[in-house]
Amino acid sequence: MEAAHIVFHNVTVSYGSTIALDAISLEIPKHQIFGIIGPASSGKTTLLKCINRTIDFVPNVRVTGQVTIDGEDVFRVKNVCDLRRRIGMVFPLPVGLPLSVYDNVAYAPRMAGVHDRDELDALVETCLRQAALWDEVKDRLRLLGTRLSGGQQQRLTIARALSHRPEILCLNRFSIAVDPVTTMKIEDVLVELKRSITIVVVTNLVQQAHRLADRVAFLNRSRVIEVGPTEAIFSEHPASQMTFDYVRGHFG
Amino acid sequence: MTPSLDRRAGLSRRFSRLGEPAVEWAIRLCGWSAIFFVFAIFFFVFREAAPVLFGELDLEEFFTSVNWRPDSTIRPQFGILALLAGTASVTALAMAISVPAGFGAAIFISEFCGPKAREALKIVIELLAAIPSVVWGFIGYMVLNPVIIWTTGAPIGINILNGGIILALMSVPVIMSVGEDALKAVPDAYREAALALGASRWQLTTRVLLPAAKNGLLAAALLGVGRAVGETMAVLMATGHSVQIPHGVLDPVRTLTATIAAELGETVVGGTHYRVLFVIGGLLMVMSLLVNLTADLIVNGVRGRPNT
Amino acid sequence: MSLEAGLFTAGPIERRKRRVERVAHVILLLTTAALILPLFAIVIYLVVKAWPVLSWSFLVENPQHYMTAGGIWAPLVGTFYVVVLSLAIAAPIGVLAGVYLNEYARENWLTRLVNLAVVNLAGVPSIVHALFGVGVFVMMAGFGRSVAAASCTLAIMTLPVIITSTREALAAVPFAFREACWNMGASRWQTIRTIVLPNAIGGILTGVILQVSRAAGETAPILFTGAVFYVAVPDSGLASFFPYGLRDPFMALSYHLFTIATQVTGVSEALAYGTAVVLIALVVTVNLVSIVLRVRLRSRRKW
Repeated sequence: MEAAHIVFHNVTVSYGSTIALDAISLEIPKHQIFGIIGPASSGKTTLLKCINRTIDFVPNVRVTGQVTIDGEDVFRVKNVCDLRRRIGMVFPLPVGLPLSVYDNVAYAPRMAGVHDRDELDALVETCLRQAALWDEVKDRLRLLGTRLSGGQQQRLTIARALSHRPEILCLNRFSIAVDPVTTMKIEDVLVELKRSITIVVVTNLVQQAHRLADRVAFLNRSRVIEVGPTEAIFSEHPASQMTFDYVRGHFG
Repeated sequence: MTPSLDRRAGLSRRFSRLGEPAVEWAIRLCGWSAIFFVFAIFFFVFREAAPVLFGELDLEEFFTSVNWRPDSTIRPQFGILALLAGTASVTALAMAISVPAGFGAAIFISEFCGPKAREALKIVIELLAAIPSVVWGFIGYMVLNPVIIWTTGAPIGINILNGGIILALMSVPVIMSVGEDALKAVPDAYREAALALGASRWQLTTRVLLPAAKNGLLAAALLGVGRAVGETMAVLMATGHSVQIPHGVLDPVRTLTATIAAELGETVVGGTHYRVLFVIGGLLMVMSLLVNLTADLIVNGVRGRPNT
Repeated sequence: MSLEAGLFTAGPIERRKRRVERVAHVILLLTTAALILPLFAIVIYLVVKAWPVLSWSFLVENPQHYMTAGGIWAPLVGTFYVVVLSLAIAAPIGVLAGVYLNEYARENWLTRLVNLAVVNLAGVPSIVHALFGVGVFVMMAGFGRSVAAASCTLAIMTLPVIITSTREALAAVPFAFREACWNMGASRWQTIRTIVLPNAIGGILTGVILQVSRAAGETAPILFTGAVFYVAVPDSGLASFFPYGLRDPFMALSYHLFTIATQVTGVSEALAYGTAVVLIALVVTVNLVSIVLRVRLRSRRKW
């Protein structure tokens, strides 16, 4: 197996009396697509939020355990904003910022201090190409991001997530509000990107995990039930009966 | 030309962020100072009132006596019953006019009106709300005064009737806009269901919307009351200066607010009269606090969530 | 089921329903008209009575002959200064406080208490603001009856409403935008500075402008904190534009209307009506500016 990039050591997350993650231990290897599947409220979104520490914004949250990236504990970094720039995050609902398409993608670099026009131009074009959106917007970079279609906005979100050159890309149910053609385009993008970026895909669509992921973790009710190579999880004999039932659609 | 993808991961901040903590501290400071001022008023008014409130003021006389003679050299008396009656009577008359009228207008604008007329009417109501209270007092004193004398034959035209009408016109915008919000907050699903069953707009309004919006409408009426009770200049100019329990709608009265406005200038700072005026001010604050809290509770329930 | 004329023509119940509805419609229309039309009638009446006096010189001349003649320059300037000064104090503090409460403050019992206090303070009777102003600014701070004391009192009066309207404007910016920025490594202030504030500024401005008109029209808070019956003000020249020092008492338009209507004898009617008309015009104009701003903002929404 490849070197571990992100490691969860016995992580428990709770909001008030609700437990969102219950003693989770997990290793996510480098330069692969790691899929996370499971029914609703199994803690998948919380898991992603721990990686880039946006869990901090949840009121009354308590986190125990350790989450490390390349061995470094994310809850002890000096600068949270720098940490977040190393991770790209894509949400279920496409969000175009109320700026031009160009400014949407240039936003993160500008906040990081990049102001050189040529550098920004190049970065914007690269990210939009990587997100399979360049051809559709190259003549309309001044268009307001919120006026794009849903599928285009989701790809814009991906371009934005790539604009700060992350080493990890997290996608949280990215295809639920997006048409099948766009979904296919994005899946192709992800397969292309995994050569240089570690990708974590949380999805409710079991088949999507089967298509995309190299390794899959199955979560249920805040616990990790099983982790393994995709073929193992989707085979006739996964380690846990629950995995078999979920993957076959018998529950969830 | 594309920047290489295997540059060091992430772009770290190139310039130190010195300015940012300073800005955030300024914001925090403003937040806290605003909070400070907000509590300061409550605190201060009661502080000035405290010496007489817990001292020489006979609370029973205060609330039950009609004798308001603060400047008497023999024995100053601080009974506010007549003033309470003044506030209550003017407010009651104003509400009797403005609540039905305000609700009627709210229903009209919300359910029976075309969109363009609605926009125009809402702007007019907003401008109505903007008219300063001293102008309303002026209208009562100069315009309504002779009209009342002429139509009712009363000896003077500044009385409860005058003040009531003026206060009604002043409270209507609040009642109307909060009432309209309450009606708008009723889910469209209710409207569609009623219309699908064949209800006319009027039936929809009386049988579905008004019951569904009753909390918001009650809150609207309460806020109107709060507005009327707290009004100063308009009642000062339109209701007269007579400290007495009224016997009819044509009697002049004096309200709590007008009393403070009329007398504060002539008191000795720190003296008993001065402090009793602060007690009245505190009473007004408590009354408006109760009204607002009740209205808020009705609309939002005890847990702070909408109650419709 | 019969398919004769009975299926889609109105039966007696339906006809009565429609009659009731028409009657209700008319009554409601009349009610609304009864509120609006007298207003127009009053305004027209005021303008007609004020007509003899309305002119440019009315605005720029000082009151003469113990208020019985002349114009309203001194009160007009006084109102202007006091309003500008009070908003210069209240707007920055109020807006930043709104930013703090909506963007930074954590959800706990303290913030809820503060919200309650702010909302209730906005409903405090204006005469209580006068009490506070007298006690704190005139007496305790030692400003005496002055522009400074009155401005501070008006600032405290407008502060809660500016805070509330700022918070509403900020809350109208969707949370998803903030989340997107945080996930890209932008700090809270960066997000506020680049996305939240620029998209809320219209609503904030509208709220502040509305307080301008409120501060200009209020009488009670300035009654004992600095507005006076008469101050000698230069009639012309540069000094007539800056007639009041911070520690001087001043004349104000709202208080002026009160005194010439109720306290002074021998004032020509037209003068009093003229003052009222100018005050109304001032307030209505400012409010119209804010309404126009709001309408234009709505049509230029970016999401």
